[in-house]
Amino acid sequence: MNDQLHIGGKAFESRLFVGTGKFADHKQMKEAIEQSRSEVVTVALRRVDIRKPDEHILNDIPQDVTLMPNTSGARSAEEAIRIARLAKASGMGNWIKIEVISDQKYLLPDNEETTRATEVLAKEGFVVLPYMSPDLMAAKRMQEAGAAAIMPLGAPIGSNRGIRMKEMIQIMIDEMELPIIVDAGIGKPSEAAEAMEMGASAVLVNTAIATADNPVEMAKAFDLAVKAGRLAYLSGLGPTSMRANASSPLTGFLK
Amino acid sequence: MSFYEEFEKIKAEPFTEIFSEVTPQDVEKVLMKGRISESDYLVLLSPAAEGFLEEMAQKAHQLTIKQFGKTMQLFLPLYLSDYCVNTCTYCSFSIDNVFPRKRLTMEEIEVEAKAIAEMGIEHIILLTGESRIHSSAEYLAESMSILKKYFSSVGIEVQPMDQAEYETLVQSGIDSLTVYQEVYNEAIYREIHTKGPKRDFRYRLDTPERGCRAGMRSVNIGALLGLDEWRKECFITGLHAEYLQKKYMETEIGVSFPRIRPNAGSFEPAFDVTDKNLVQAMLAMRIFLPRTGITISTRETEELRNQLIPLGVTKMSAASSTEVGGYTKPKETQSQFEISDERSVEEIRNLLRFKGYQPVMKDWQIL
Ligand code: SF4
Repeated sequence: MNDQLHIGGKAFESRLFVGTGKFADHKQMKEAIEQSRSEVVTVALRRVDIRKPDEHILNDIPQDVTLMPNTSGARSAEEAIRIARLAKASGMGNWIKIEVISDQKYLLPDNEETTRATEVLAKEGFVVLPYMSPDLMAAKRMQEAGAAAIMPLGAPIGSNRGIRMKEMIQIMIDEMELPIIVDAGIGKPSEAAEAMEMGASAVLVNTAIATADNPVEMAKAFDLAVKAGRLAYLSGLGPTSMRANASSPLTGFLK
Repeated sequence: MSFYEEFEKIKAEPFTEIFSEVTPQDVEKVLMKGRISESDYLVLLSPAAEGFLEEMAQKAHQLTIKQFGKTMQLFLPLYLSDYCVNTCTYCSFSIDNVFPRKRLTMEEIEVEAKAIAEMGIEHIILLTGESRIHSSAEYLAESMSILKKYFSSVGIEVQPMDQAEYETLVQSGIDSLTVYQEVYNEAIYREIHTKGPKRDFRYRLDTPERGCRAGMRSVNIGALLGLDEWRKECFITGLHAEYLQKKYMETEIGVSFPRIRPNAGSFEPAFDVTDKNLVQAMLAMRIFLPRTGITISTRETEELRNQLIPLGVTKMSAASSTEVGGYTKPKETQSQFEISDERSVEEIRNLLRFKGYQPVMKDWQIL
């Protein structure tokens, strides 16, 4: 079955994106990434020591994955833009996950600033994936601004609370053309499967893998769960819709 | 509005009595909750909660892993100057202590910076005694033109300043502010700060807010434990942190639990704060404010610091020197206080790895 995910001119077999924060050490992170079979890995530029290219975290990220540096730590569009440029200048490629968080208590993204950063960076040729609070209109603005995919949060970052924003995310999946990648909140493989069953294009998981008792095995579990969820979706569980869909339309003959 | 108004409302509460009335059943109830309130926080600081330290530790540990992962940020203090115009009875830098004072020149700062950078440290905090002349905003901003080359995050722990001065410092690249209230009891505050501008309790109490407004990325507060009853001090510190977190959502608020250390004077802490007390304070804070950074310095002993790692701590200093120029020319000047954990950065990194934690050397990038 040819079911690839296309973003920014690249095609991916795996629909599991993984994060690199919160691991106890780089060796464990490396193994977990390998076992997850993920092809897109996000890394916080603020954790990358660009002055010491030999020592940094990038050496422990498998060579064949697409790096998606993120702007974690940015509190405004300007900061995110500067971080993105720094990441590109230091050879991390042109993918960028925009994270603009101006609330340090819940770590909720600031959609307005995120859209502003998206616009500037997309114009500069970045493949921009904005992390956002699920909101259809905001997602549309990000699409107009040039986003390559949209990353709504399932629940507050690091909360492992599952897809609390289910209704909103479902609307986005149904209405948006861009790939929807559920980011943040997924705490169990079953929740990753749930997102995939809903029709999400991919999921991003970090805390649930990094802080498991056995991160490497958990990475495998997520790989399988994402595959299962996707297969279920393709097999006809969805697409679901918030509007009523008559199973055999009475007006179908009209066109 | 500032925290002072909140403080006014609670400062006269009969804390000792309130704490003593808490029962083990109250503690059990709080430990079953997801989010806890201010009065629940008080319950966790009570003597009754001492019987539940293990349960509290488990909860604090889980909350920390969920929010911060198995990581620990390392930093070092860089002492730039020991000139001080105040007389804090508990500090070696007090103007009453006579010793040859020193302030680093820009060339000397560069030498110290190099030495620290060679240890692999990326985050530092600049410290000085309190003297508007010797550690002015201009001097600190000037030092940043050098420090920027060596570090990815630089904070300050100097005399309280006005908002405009903090704005200048933020412009220069300084991103965090640490200011300890020392003691939240106004009467004791006046007793131990006998002379100098530090006597202004209110100006000091409002300092973290001036830092938040000036755009500091993180602001750290704390009470110097041993100056008053620690349960009450920790309670007010927690309320202060919560207030700041609510009002300045963009700023990362951190807390620290410094205990009084031996110094050049002969100050004896008025209140004993045992290791057990310190642990309880830290656990209660973590459960009350799951997203707040907790720093533990080298004031504490090696053995205790090893044990504290999984209990909610998110930042540790390593291989600290508390004297001006102490990284390249140790023992030439007066240290601010004695440090207890003298291990090298490499030793601390190894310890963290051994405990299953990733030592994080870099967690921000000066933009
Ligand atoms: S605590 Fe600070 S203000 Fe007080 S004497 Fe020491 S350096 Fe000066």
